Amino acid sequence: METKEEIWELRLYVAGKTAKSVTALSNLKRYCEEHLKDKYVIEVIDLLVQPQLAEGDQILAIPTLVKKVPEPIRKIIGDLSNEEKVLVGLNIRPAKKTE
Amino acid sequence: MSLKSSTKADFPSGSLPKSPTGITGLDEITAGGLPSGRPTLICGGAGCGKTLFSIEFIAHGALLYGEPGVFMSFEEKAEELAMNVISLGYDLDQLQRDKLIKMDYVRIDRSEIEETGEYDLDGLFIRLGYAIDSIGAKRVVLDTVENLFSGLLDQSILRAELRRLFDWLKEKKVTAIITGEKGEGMLTRNGLEEYISDCVILLDHRIANQISTRLLRIVKYRGTVHGTNEYPFLIDGTGISVLPITSLTLAHDVTTDRVSSGIPSMDKMLEGKGFFRGSSILVSGTAGTGKTSIAASFIHEACNQKKRAIYFAFEESPLQIIRNMRSIGIDLQQHVDNGLLEFQASRPSLTGLEMHLLSIHKMVEMFDPQVVTFDPITNLITVGSVSEVKSMLMRLIDFLQSRQITVMFTALSLNTIINEQTDEGVSSLVDAWVLVREIESNGERNRGLYIMKSRGMKHSNQVREFVITDEGLSLVDVYLGPEGVLTGSARESQQLLEKTGVVLHQNAVNRKDREIERKRLVLESKIASLKEEFESVQDELNKAYVEEELRKEVIEKNREQMTRNRHNEQ
Repeated sequence: METKEEIWELRLYVAGKTAKSVTALSNLKRYCEEHLKDKYVIEVIDLLVQPQLAEGDQILAIPTLVKKVPEPIRKIIGDLSNEEKVLVGLNIRPAKKTE
Repeated sequence: MSLKSSTKADFPSGSLPKSPTGITGLDEITAGGLPSGRPTLICGGAGCGKTLFSIEFIAHGALLYGEPGVFMSFEEKAEELAMNVISLGYDLDQLQRDKLIKMDYVRIDRSEIEETGEYDLDGLFIRLGYAIDSIGAKRVVLDTVENLFSGLLDQSILRAELRRLFDWLKEKKVTAIITGEKGEGMLTRNGLEEYISDCVILLDHRIANQISTRLLRIVKYRGTVHGTNEYPFLIDGTGISVLPITSLTLAHDVTTDRVSSGIPSMDKMLEGKGFFRGSSILVSGTAGTGKTSIAASFIHEACNQKKRAIYFAFEESPLQIIRNMRSIGIDLQQHVDNGLLEFQASRPSLTGLEMHLLSIHKMVEMFDPQVVTFDPITNLITVGSVSEVKSMLMRLIDFLQSRQITVMFTALSLNTIINEQTDEGVSSLVDAWVLVREIESNGERNRGLYIMKSRGMKHSNQVREFVITDEGLSLVDVYLGPEGVLTGSARESQQLLEKTGVVLHQNAVNRKDREIERKRLVLESKIASLKEEFESVQDELNKAYVEEELRKEVIEKNREQMTRNRHNEQ
């Protein structure tokens, strides 16, 4: 598959260690371990520390997960509690099916 | 309050602190501007000027009032916005570089966003907070925050977050404008008015008789008095200007200075001095009675006195007026060249009445004239009803009087009954009313001029014949005789007749004089002959008397001689 070589570059925007942020991060890690083992990079950006970064990725909601690579760019907002939606959003499901 | 107290020192303590918008007219009707440190909702339909309103608020804040501002746009990119307002003279890019404003474009693309589970809008808060803190902003605009509703699915979260946002803006003590699209049956599509209760301003764009008028209304404004009417506003080359519909009081300064009408004989009818400065004059009459000529000569005279003047023409083009007035010896071109006279010609149907009023306001404020004329106001009736025209003219007169500008209106009256009102019903508003009436007799028409009223002076009550000659305008006394008022050639023939009469009379008098002379001569000769007669009689009498005396003397002598003789003999 053409997606085989790709690395998922994921950015999770949070604002401090809120319950929603913690849930989102743990959910994300779980999905990635399950479906994208060794093919992902997660970068957590705390906007309370770096507020200037919010503008670049058009962040409104917290928490927001941004998938920059592979294209297309997708954003998933919320605590990522719905696994199916997250996987569709990250374009992961089809990749898993082929394996 | 503490934050704003330094800039709001001129407001009485305890009153609501306000942030001026710098938009002409709006700060007057809101008594100072928008509520400081609180959000204000600006709502209205598409294309009604919400975004421009907001940008002016931010730009004026940065440029005029030293209050930096953040403009967060949910609709248009910062570059597009900057491009849109550069024609109004706001260089948003430069302001951004000077750290006076900050533009932030928030893009929400449904196709990119997936929602799973709980979230909040802290990202927006942080972004906005960062923008505010980075330039120390005191003003914030969110244009149009409602776009979030189409970008995010979870409405309950969104509503809760918006409520939190507005509270947070208050905590931040920034003066905020939130714009909202007009919705069905409510002020905004998503009911933003539920969250913002301090100040709501509604913008409207109404079309009547194919003429559009922009209107602004303050729906509510807590804690302060404000105008409640619909105020027309104008968007032109300098941005938004709002016009208060009525001036609140009738408290103009007055003066006893006089302004010449430009026609010496008309000044003579007005106590020999002319109209009061700052008064309003109406010249009405039927078609072709020389109303424009009166107005032009008024303007001409003012310009000769080095006064500034504006000629608002609603019927003819400036060049047409200049050409036509040259034929009666009034050269307006020289005043235009000297910069004393400004022509403003437009068709009444070009814009609505309110727009006319606004553009007149702007023009007057820019040029600062001492004399203006409107020729003719009758045509305004084509763009509004009588009451609308009257209300507009009333406000116009108020405005001009507050600036001590003398104004002359001309109006076409459609009837020939002199006591009727002009169509615009302005005759009760004006201070002086000059009526030119056609008098038709002996197969010709002549102009009769009356001064129907002139407040505050003893004006002539007489009809004058109004004559337009190559050298200008003048008034001639009409002939009032047993045959009634005579004008034109009838007056001239009457004058000739009178001249003949005088000659005849002189002749008769002369003849009588001669007769008397003759009689005198006859009498005198008679007296002379009588005198001669008397002298001869007197001579006769004298002669007898002398003879008597002589005889007496001789007798006496003789007797004495005789006596002596006798004595000698003895």
